[in-house]
Amino acid sequence: MSYCKQEGKDRIIFVTKEDHEAPSNAELIADDPNDPYEDQGLILPSGEINWNCPCLGGMASGPCGTQFKEAFSCFHHSSEEVKGSECVDNFRAMQECMQKYPELYPQEDENQGAASGGSDAPTEDSAPTPTSDLTPTPESAPSSDNTPPTDIQAHS
Amino acid sequence: MWTCKTTWKKLAPLARTCSTLCRQNARRTVLNSDRRLPMVTQAHMSSGTPGSGGDNNLYYLLVGATCIAGGFYAYRTIKGDQERYNERMNEIASRANKVAEQAETYLPEEPRGDEAVETPEETSPEVTAEEPEGPPVELEAEIEPSPVAESPPAETAEPQTTTVTESAADPATDEPTNVPPPAPVEFPSHAPYLLIGGGTASFAAARSIRARDPGARVLIITDEPDLPYMRPPLSKELWFSDDPGVVDTLRFKQWNGKERSIYFQPPSFYVSPQDLEKVENGGVAVLTGKKVVHMDVRGNKVTLSDNTEISYDKCLIATGGVPRNLQVIERAGEEVTKRTTLFRKVEDFKALNKVSRDTKSITIIGGGFLGSELACALGRRSADSDLEVIQMFPEKGNMGKVLPEYLSNWTTAKVRSEGVRVITEALVKGVSFKDGKVEIKLKDGRVVKTDHIVAAVGLEPSVELAKSAGLEVDSDFGGYRVNAELQARSNIWVAGDAACFYDIRLGRRRVEHHDHAVVSGRLAGENMTGANKPYWHQSMFWSDLGPDVGYEAIGIVDSSLPTVGVFAKATAKDTPKAATEKSGTGIRSESETEGTASSTATSSTPAPPPEPQQKDDYGKGVIFYLRDKVVVGIVLWNVFNRMPIARKIIKDGEEHADLNEVAKLFNIHED
Repeated sequence: MSYCKQEGKDRIIFVTKEDHEAPSNAELIADDPNDPYEDQGLILPSGEINWNCPCLGGMASGPCGTQFKEAFSCFHHSSEEVKGSECVDNFRAMQECMQKYPELYPQEDENQGAASGGSDAPTEDSAPTPTSDLTPTPESAPSSDNTPPTDIQAHS
Repeated sequence: MWTCKTTWKKLAPLARTCSTLCRQNARRTVLNSDRRLPMVTQAHMSSGTPGSGGDNNLYYLLVGATCIAGGFYAYRTIKGDQERYNERMNEIASRANKVAEQAETYLPEEPRGDEAVETPEETSPEVTAEEPEGPPVELEAEIEPSPVAESPPAETAEPQTTTVTESAADPATDEPTNVPPPAPVEFPSHAPYLLIGGGTASFAAARSIRARDPGARVLIITDEPDLPYMRPPLSKELWFSDDPGVVDTLRFKQWNGKERSIYFQPPSFYVSPQDLEKVENGGVAVLTGKKVVHMDVRGNKVTLSDNTEISYDKCLIATGGVPRNLQVIERAGEEVTKRTTLFRKVEDFKALNKVSRDTKSITIIGGGFLGSELACALGRRSADSDLEVIQMFPEKGNMGKVLPEYLSNWTTAKVRSEGVRVITEALVKGVSFKDGKVEIKLKDGRVVKTDHIVAAVGLEPSVELAKSAGLEVDSDFGGYRVNAELQARSNIWVAGDAACFYDIRLGRRRVEHHDHAVVSGRLAGENMTGANKPYWHQSMFWSDLGPDVGYEAIGIVDSSLPTVGVFAKATAKDTPKAATEKSGTGIRSESETEGTASSTATSSTPAPPPEPQQKDDYGKGVIFYLRDKVVVGIVLWNVFNRMPIARKIIKDGEEHADLNEVAKLFNIHED
């Protein structure tokens, strides 16, 4: 069983695993997906791409940002059977640009970047270019870069 | 009787006429004295004295005179202002002309060919002679001065001028050396987005602007010689690197195994300042080693320390701050100050790294984040050498202003186990240099002798531009006062350590953490490109006490607030050994029992702990900081990847009756 003690203004509670087994009855306010203040994921409610998503790292803001945006937009709006098949030129332009900056766009990750960048769901994958993360990832993994809010069940 | 009556009757008409006469006389007198204003007698009489007419004249005269004088003064002031303004404009224009014209004279490769080559020789002496006055007329006619058009050639000309000056081969270069370079060397004269300060907030804003405004041209001005870099590794990861060349490479290994540099981007990411205006898709340029000293908000431009002026459309101030120093150290003389490090920048890391190898004893004054992290880092280093590491601070334990006492004690024990001699409740009274050692005298009489001091006693936000820019400085928290959207004035935003902003949920505050710099920088960048979003995504912070123990926190984490801590209790199945092996810390339970013992000794409740000591394990848990029963801050103690839940709880701002229920959301018993 848990016990607690008080040290002045500080209260300390010790709980066992069993104590915490029952679901929490703490009430949380339901999140509004259209809250204009909230940080959005990769895809905005309007369907547009959020170029400022931390998940993109520096891809949309670097020297090849314009080419990246064109290629990715084309891919995103593509309704072909093979998604993005009409965007080959854009991707080629992007690739050419990236080859000029090998430091920024390591060549072996590039293909992954082009492919994985095409997901429509907000993703927690870090950007293709690890060098562009703004925050180092210690064990504690600070999350400004990567995390749209986790789903939390609101108990009524 | 009858005589009285008749007498009265006879006298009455006389009396009547008499009084009428009197009244008429009075009226006449009054009217005569009142020459200007045909006022009714009653009005006059009600005003009092019969001489009031004269006073009125005087009154009106005085008022009239004052009005005229005031009007005249106002007219003169406005005229004067206008004149001054025009003068200033002319001066600036002439300065630009002078620069352009000088550049043109020294430009040998201009298509104008021979003309240009010859004119330098001829006109340069003229120019040098009449430097303060207007340029020679012929040149001006040729060049058609217009400041913007001139500046690109000026930029390309100046580097040639300077390189030529250096080589001193060309005879024509003798002239340039006589002329003081008036302004831009490789600078753009206008930056649509100007970011003052080259730290984390600035870089985050640059990235945000570039993402949202296609083709944006962003200019960062920093007085440091380095490109934007992140600070946390300077007091943590870089010290734990195995690479002896880390001081030069500044690379560190992250917890996921990947190595990276402290610089956000390599130099190839940035465009050079002189190309910024021309490069096709825009970019980010960094001007290093330059300080902005004056800001003209009316004219939307800034002045650098070398008198260059750069105009902007939108400006971000992300100047951060400078480390505070103790007055006793500042007054202690050069021998002490040259043995004192104020730790903030890359060069401070390099210097301290060297000092740690060259000296025998280092004392860190300050028990907060920076002080404790450096103490742990240096303490670890002392394990391999005979370096003595001392840490002293006025609080009762490390992180005394952040963590509740029981955890602060735990932390102190941990720091001690890293090999640091921690002196708590130490107030420095005096510092001197004696017999080759720095002597620190404490208030309680203790004396500490050491070779080098590191002062980690806080940060002074840099608000030097407040005066010239007319920006408000906050008196409670320091820093520039901005609104919830981080805006100070129309086209000026402030982010990072220097911003005292309004947090909709938690109130006005100023935060000095890395993640806040990222979040606020990004938000400022968004708002500079039209987003108008308030500060809403709560930033977090973390600290590592050595490479194997850490905690994350969010919100207002102030130890003076009442707290509720919920910790996972070790069951009979968990052995301390298994727990320590799993976590990798060899001494944790020992230090914790020490911590517990001392906390029960100091606690106000006399009741002894009901269970054996190993159960009081502050191994993993959540601590809630409350303000008026609402959770405003959360510390996740050795519990990771739960920050979104913590953020959500603070965002809701609800009063929770039972915080244990809230704690359940964190699943602290699982990894």
